[in-house]
Amino acid sequence: MRTELKYVELDNVSLTYDGGTLAVEGLTISIARGEFAAVVGPSGCGKSTLMKLITGLAPASRGNVIVAGREVAGPLKIVGMAFQNPTLLPWRTTLDNVLLPLEIVQPYKATFRRDREKHIARAEALLATVGLKGFEQRYPWQLSGGMQQRASLCRALIHEPDLLMLDEPFAALDAFTREELWAVLQDLWLQRRFTCILVTHDLREAVYLADTVHVMSARPGRVIETTTIDIPRPRTLETTFEPHFIDLVHHLRARIAQARVAA
Amino acid sequence: MSRRWQEALGPWFVVVALFVLWEGVVIAARLPSFVLPAPTEVFATLMQFAGPITQHSLHTLMTTLVGFAFSVVGGVALGAAIGASQVAYKAVFPVLVGFNSIPKVAIVPVLIIWFGIGTVPAVITAFLISFFPIVVNVATGIATLEPELRDVLRSLGASRLDILRKVGLPRAAPYFFASLKVAITLAFVGSIISETVGSNEGVGYLMLQASSRFQIPLVFAALVVVAAMGIGMYAIFAALERRMTGWATRGMDQAAYATGH
Ligand SMILES: Nc1ncnc2c1ncn2[C@@H]1O[C@H](COP(=O)(O)OP(=O)(O)OP(=O)(O)O)[C@@H](O)[C@H]1O
Ligand SMILES: [Mg+2]
Repeated sequence: MRTELKYVELDNVSLTYDGGTLAVEGLTISIARGEFAAVVGPSGCGKSTLMKLITGLAPASRGNVIVAGREVAGPLKIVGMAFQNPTLLPWRTTLDNVLLPLEIVQPYKATFRRDREKHIARAEALLATVGLKGFEQRYPWQLSGGMQQRASLCRALIHEPDLLMLDEPFAALDAFTREELWAVLQDLWLQRRFTCILVTHDLREAVYLADTVHVMSARPGRVIETTTIDIPRPRTLETTFEPHFIDLVHHLRARIAQARVAA
Repeated sequence: MSRRWQEALGPWFVVVALFVLWEGVVIAARLPSFVLPAPTEVFATLMQFAGPITQHSLHTLMTTLVGFAFSVVGGVALGAAIGASQVAYKAVFPVLVGFNSIPKVAIVPVLIIWFGIGTVPAVITAFLISFFPIVVNVATGIATLEPELRDVLRSLGASRLDILRKVGLPRAAPYFFASLKVAITLAFVGSIISETVGSNEGVGYLMLQASSRFQIPLVFAALVVVAAMGIGMYAIFAALERRMTGWATRGMDQAAYATGH
């Protein structure tokens, strides 16, 4: 991989929180533009911390964080993010929740009122691709958990960010809904080819979705292995029963087991 | 009787029962009316003095509403400021608690020295006493923003003002409206306290005059009016709360509201 293709680069990064917790140490990772990367590792190993480092929400104590060729000094401005908790605003309809980033991010913000019709059409189209057609005017508390998470994904993507950060977005969902959303996310990614970083505890999810899976050690976290997933796309549920897929999952499981023992 | 009727009539039933009990005690114990007048006598007095009672009550109501208006404006402004900034919150909060702990009746004489006997000290007392719950609630509503949501907004490049406008204030709305119904009754108490200490108008003044002339039934008549007005104002703001923040009772955990008092 040539250097100019690297989109996210952390070189020997450490972060100590205020209380003195050393969350990550000597963390080195590199992710190419348009790549789908997954990060797995034992609980509390610093995965969410890694997400904060990349988005500039937490400054590195040591080492460099570079995104899109620039050193990250403060919060990046146009990232899309989604978490395990959908964090939709209960006083806004689903449609208005999805439109929220356009009211904040430039250049949309400046012309939001004027282009409102256009934005609404885009948001409706996006909601339709994740299977939420007809729910635009519902409030979040009228949606199921899976539907809320779909809406949260739309909110993370409406402003067409170059970088999508997902921190265990499907962890609270049942297995069927989760697998449905893998397909939804893969479709979106195949259409738009944003760079995506997905933190997950579900190794099947990581292998299904990612181009590369980074395994982190126990705290203080660092990347101890990077596995390339060479399964052709689009991947389907059938893929998850193929021997090669299962081998990859087994391999990752063994690595994480080692990482946990080492702690 | 259906459940709805029971709920609608329940409060009236309790009020009537209370008056009946009161009447019974007065008759049974043969209490003289300068100790405890019976409700029938209180209502007779209420009718007899309807004119002055109405006039003084309206004055108190105006005083209360003016003080309350100040505390809504000031409370939202200060609440938003300290809710949006941890530093400001920590800096201001102890002083706020200190002010709130001072019995307002102790301040009224000072206010009278400064502004003279009359409406101004009553307005200020109403303001001082109802300010705190509004500040605390607005600040709580804004400060308890989920960290993940804050991260989502910050990574969109949202400014502090964006976060406050798009999320902080709407999020604080249910807390704010919950505090209003507490604050309005407190403001009412504040203006009456001040009127009792030094004024020449208002229900507080009326009661003070009546008790100094041993017109105990008139005192009680005024108290009944005060209680009724308190219930009325509470009901109005509770209805407003339901109208404005219907989403909160469904979408969010209502038990989380701090009412301040
Ligand atoms: N804001 C914070 N202040 C202090 N310590 C923190 C903070 N956030 C995280 N930590 C600590 O840093 C370590 C790594 O936390 P992090 O949230 O990154 O883990 P994680 O890998 O995301 O865990 P999980 O898989 O359970 O979500 C933990 O020990 C945690 O206690
Ligand atoms: Mg985490």
